[in-house]
Amino acid sequence: MTGFLKSTELDARLLGMVGALLAIWIAFHALSGGLFLTPRNLWNLSVQSSSVAIMATGMVFVIVTRNIDLSVGSLLGFVGMVMGVTQTDLLPKLLGFEHPATWIATLAAGLLLGAVLGALQGVVIAYLGISAFIVTLGGLLVWRGAAWWVTSGQTVAPLDDRFRLMGGGPEGAIGATWSWVVGIVACLAVAALLVHGRAQRKRFNFPLRPMGAEIFVGALLCAPILAAVAVANAYPWPIGSVRRYAEANHIALGDSGLFIAHGIAAPVLIAIGVGVAMTFLATRTRFGRYVYAIGGNPEAAELAGVNTRWVIVKTFMLMGLLAAVAGAVSIARLNAATNSEGTLAELLVIAATVIGGTSLAGGVGTVAGAMLGAVLMQSLQSGMVLLGVDTPLQNIVVGAVLVIAVGIDTAYRRRRPA
Amino acid sequence: MNAPRIPLVAMRDISLSFGGLHAVDRASIELYDGEVMALVGHNGAGKSTLIKILSGALRRDSGTISIRGQAATIANPRDARTCGIETIYQTLALADNVDAAANLFLGRELRTRWGTLDDAAMEAQARDVIGRLNPHFQRFKDPVSALSGGQRQSVAIARAILFDARILVMDEPTAALGPQETAQVGELIRKLKADGIGIFLISHDIHDVFDLADRICVMKNGRVVGTARIADVTKDEVLSMIILGSCPPGATPGPGAVKKPSLRA
Repeated sequence: MTGFLKSTELDARLLGMVGALLAIWIAFHALSGGLFLTPRNLWNLSVQSSSVAIMATGMVFVIVTRNIDLSVGSLLGFVGMVMGVTQTDLLPKLLGFEHPATWIATLAAGLLLGAVLGALQGVVIAYLGISAFIVTLGGLLVWRGAAWWVTSGQTVAPLDDRFRLMGGGPEGAIGATWSWVVGIVACLAVAALLVHGRAQRKRFNFPLRPMGAEIFVGALLCAPILAAVAVANAYPWPIGSVRRYAEANHIALGDSGLFIAHGIAAPVLIAIGVGVAMTFLATRTRFGRYVYAIGGNPEAAELAGVNTRWVIVKTFMLMGLLAAVAGAVSIARLNAATNSEGTLAELLVIAATVIGGTSLAGGVGTVAGAMLGAVLMQSLQSGMVLLGVDTPLQNIVVGAVLVIAVGIDTAYRRRRPA
Repeated sequence: MNAPRIPLVAMRDISLSFGGLHAVDRASIELYDGEVMALVGHNGAGKSTLIKILSGALRRDSGTISIRGQAATIANPRDARTCGIETIYQTLALADNVDAAANLFLGRELRTRWGTLDDAAMEAQARDVIGRLNPHFQRFKDPVSALSGGQRQSVAIARAILFDARILVMDEPTAALGPQETAQVGELIRKLKADGIGIFLISHDIHDVFDLADRICVMKNGRVVGTARIADVTKDEVLSMIILGSCPPGATPGPGAVKKPSLRA
């Protein structure tokens, strides 16, 4: 059995995390009397995890290069406020109220702002040589203050109708049919990657994985994808939304009502898209290779001719961009931009990243692990809410889990240095 | 070496200070095609600093570097590589957390036509070049932190010879190696020399130097004591250059040579 598992070349640590996550889910399900593993709870869990998961993917790059970014929560808040004002005040004056291009123009402005502010911090860190901890601690205060300044503390609401779709909700999900399409395309992509990998190994006469292992890996990846789609499609719209939809489309509602599935929520799709893109960057591009090489030995990377400072700037620029994406998702979900949005999010993001196996010493970490870490943290929180645990006790548990998880990981690494 | 050939590398009047310490003081050194130039001296004599200036890891305060008679701007390691200078550092300078192929191609990755990393092609070339240096090397999938000292050294040497270097700088290339591997490195140096590559060899081992080098340059306290053809000096004379800074008759004295007692008398 161990021989077979080894032949699949699967990451044992990642599998361990999946196992831990499943154990937590089953435990909460049992303790809550069957409330946890329901389509409704899992769907909400996925939506609630997405903002932190999006930022955690960027935090992997930052921490792998031996830096830290404490400013992401405040940056999210500031960019969120700017996006709020842009879509409710600036663009309506230019384009008119509820213009179809408002949401995309707002998002573009937000992403640009996030990337520029991230890059600004990166330049100060990489070229002026001020430690990332200090620069982003300053950023934490500066951007939070700036978020207040945008409207002198006033909340901006409601937001543009199209922009709000990014936050999820019945309309902000893609429905049953498209969810199946996404699921099947994802499975085909998994198959294509496996076939391509095998062809590459053949091309250079490298040892091949046994065919059984290839099929097992494919099934192991496709099963949860299809299961997730089935769960998202099993969660129906609430009755109020169904009634409004029926009225708008002149459909007569019978006594039994109408079953309209949510499907995958837009923020979850965004998070998955970000995760795929960041994994691609990390594993298939020069930039990703440099990120890990710098984390392993900054001096060696510099001597090998890598422009290490510019790579650092890019990691922070990417982090700023992702904080803006998370900001868009957060304010869209809330249907309001507030100056306190994202408060303490930096700590959740760092915790998710570290629980996901990224080492603060640098050089080690995966995007998928960090996203799993985000889901794990959110599962703990949601589960305890379901169980009626008081907020202070929730914090105590989450804090303890963070330390224990990293402790186990450190012990595991020490045992197997390679 | 007597003909007025244009040197492959000419470093002239190179100086670099750290605070008040003159790590390298008006050092000049030349290297010709197909030549092994040994650089010897005590710890702190300035050898490593001098070659780090050539490989772009350190920036000189003053002095000029020319390559084939052309003034070269070497402000960072990328510039040095562009000039065809490859360096094997004493510390090996490997990124421990990635595998051998990733280290070999670090900064010069092979890419597919989509612009993505071509890991399979890089691994294939890595297997080829490392296999020639060290036929027993098998661990291509492991991070280099898992490798033995000799295997890590193989990776560092393979990286330097992979890209058709014209000028090779080797800082203590055999420090981590056993006798058999050391002999292999010696063999490699002779082969590279025959291909016309110029090599700077820093070594503590005077026997190695006499075995492999064509010329020798001795440094002391940041200054060049003297430069000589290996055939024109004895090991004892070189030792007294290193220890006393005295220049024997067979060598050309540099700014660091002390006046001979016989001249004073």
